[in-house]
Amino acid sequence: MSVVAEMPQNTTTPKLQQHDYPTLFEIGSKGLSAVSLSKSDVPAVDRKAAVPAELLADTTPALPEVGELDLVRHYKRLAHRCFSIDENFYPLGSCTMKYNPRINERAAAMGGFANAHPYQDDADAQGVLELLYRLRCDLAEIAGLPEVTLQPAAGAHGEMTGLMIINAYHRARGENRQTVLTPDSAHGTNPATCTVCGRASVSVKSLPNGRMDLDDLRAKTDNDTVALMITNPNTVGVFDETIADVAEILHAKGAQLYLDGANMNAILGITRPGDFGVDVMHYNTHKTFSTPHGCGGPGAGPVGVAEHLRPFLPVPQVVKKGDGTFAWCSDRPDTIGKVRSFMGQIGVLVRAYTYIRGLGSDGLRDVADKSVLAANYLAAKLKDRYPMPFPAPYAHEFITVPDFAGADEHDIAKRLIDHGIHPPTMSWPIHHCLMIEPTETESLRTLDRFVEVMLSIADEIESNPEVVRGAPHTTPVGRLDEVTASRKPNVRWRPE
Amino acid sequence: MNVPNDRKYAATHEWFLIEGDIVTIGITQHAADELTDITYVELPDVGSTVGAGAAFGEIESVKATSELVSVFGGTIAEVNADLADSPELVNDDPFGKAWMIKIKADSLDPAETLLDAGAYGQAVA
Repeated sequence: MSVVAEMPQNTTTPKLQQHDYPTLFEIGSKGLSAVSLSKSDVPAVDRKAAVPAELLADTTPALPEVGELDLVRHYKRLAHRCFSIDENFYPLGSCTMKYNPRINERAAAMGGFANAHPYQDDADAQGVLELLYRLRCDLAEIAGLPEVTLQPAAGAHGEMTGLMIINAYHRARGENRQTVLTPDSAHGTNPATCTVCGRASVSVKSLPNGRMDLDDLRAKTDNDTVALMITNPNTVGVFDETIADVAEILHAKGAQLYLDGANMNAILGITRPGDFGVDVMHYNTHKTFSTPHGCGGPGAGPVGVAEHLRPFLPVPQVVKKGDGTFAWCSDRPDTIGKVRSFMGQIGVLVRAYTYIRGLGSDGLRDVADKSVLAANYLAAKLKDRYPMPFPAPYAHEFITVPDFAGADEHDIAKRLIDHGIHPPTMSWPIHHCLMIEPTETESLRTLDRFVEVMLSIADEIESNPEVVRGAPHTTPVGRLDEVTASRKPNVRWRPE
Repeated sequence: MNVPNDRKYAATHEWFLIEGDIVTIGITQHAADELTDITYVELPDVGSTVGAGAAFGEIESVKATSELVSVFGGTIAEVNADLADSPELVNDDPFGKAWMIKIKADSLDPAETLLDAGAYGQAVA
């Protein structure tokens, strides 16, 4: 086996000590500073005279005092300890950690976009408005739905917007429906959205092959059903071919089909939600269209709707006028209103547009083809050692439930870190699983290396399980006490 | 697997101890083991109502978050306040000290849908 991970001679070798990685407070000395300000030419004010006594602190804050070089080294060291898609393979299922092309950044940094102000006259912001207009039209075409709003700030916000639109639609028909169906494999945000929108969520069962149990769906769909919120390909990594039947069952009772677009990556250019019966969907631009990822954003969660739901879309909408210019339009009497201040983080939308236009329609189709191919390639190579509860073929990700006596999914995930690979998603959406999503941007060489590593870990669990159970061995710190951290969180460093 | 005989079980791994119209609810050892170390238990207020088959709270572990579901509808008569500060009780003593709520049940009919200790023990074996 050619796989090499740095292996300590003795697995009890102490990790690098904490003092090797001091905090800024610990490297500082009184009087050191990374800035020197010129002498103030503003007369000094007596703080006691300027600020009411009860608002004055009697001690100075314990801020770090650090010289510039130490400061640079400190952050550089931290930066080197970060893990990112720019450095290593990141097969984090459900999250679509694809490469973010650099050209996106170049476009987003262009002055006309980066310096645009939301209160600028439309006439002075034609470039931004045209981009937003084109993006919403492109997203509508990709979805197979007639109109898209770019307002929602992220996927979950898109869900909320979508459900508000559906609620408004039912109200406009004089109905007051209360129940939203979600599959038992749903993203946690789906039932959360129902609650936020004042609706009750009811879970629909899945079949052993990962598809929706249509009998259960039929039994639970009635005249009180607002909608079904479904992800397709779903969270267990399979495309549910019964989706058109699902839509028919719902529509027969006046209920709507909501698509969580988290897994759009696998179907770009192959099929369109609007064509398989979806009434509303949201995109996760950070997943499908390679906009920045992680740490909560900034994101974007555009929402597309079918014809009968267009009257309820948020305002303002960016429109193209008869004279070919672009403007904001709020003329939509039945709108649910505004769901976001201005148009969110324009830079994220510029990146999404750059990605879509950079690839073109053939390129987007290629994204789907390659991401599906990569996932199925890994699954085929791993299936003899890593059992997969749902039958292939998969979409762009797949689930394995490792079944070794000597180590579990947690240990395997930790051992991958020693090989410079980010752990896959763990323990979701089913117990004890690993969810692997390679994305279309990884080379065959990287995929093969991942297979080698996974097989080497399988061998290792059989020959030397302690090494796997003790992983990671190559990181500054090993297994953290997650339990105490969750039960008794201590989120702030304090001077002793 | 330890499955006490004095109570009934749901397939979703809650246990129900029925004493008159008061039903005490918790989760099973199997559920606690699957969730691993419990870090947080969110329970309803005394006096609030819960619908039959509805979620009355949430339980979080390092690994996962799950809903707590009662097959009985009724009014919350008592809540185990100890779980707020000591969620680890759910791992240590799920059938005893880690009881979660006591419901004054509107009806005991849903008991018929529950499993007895033997059937539940087999289901999770």
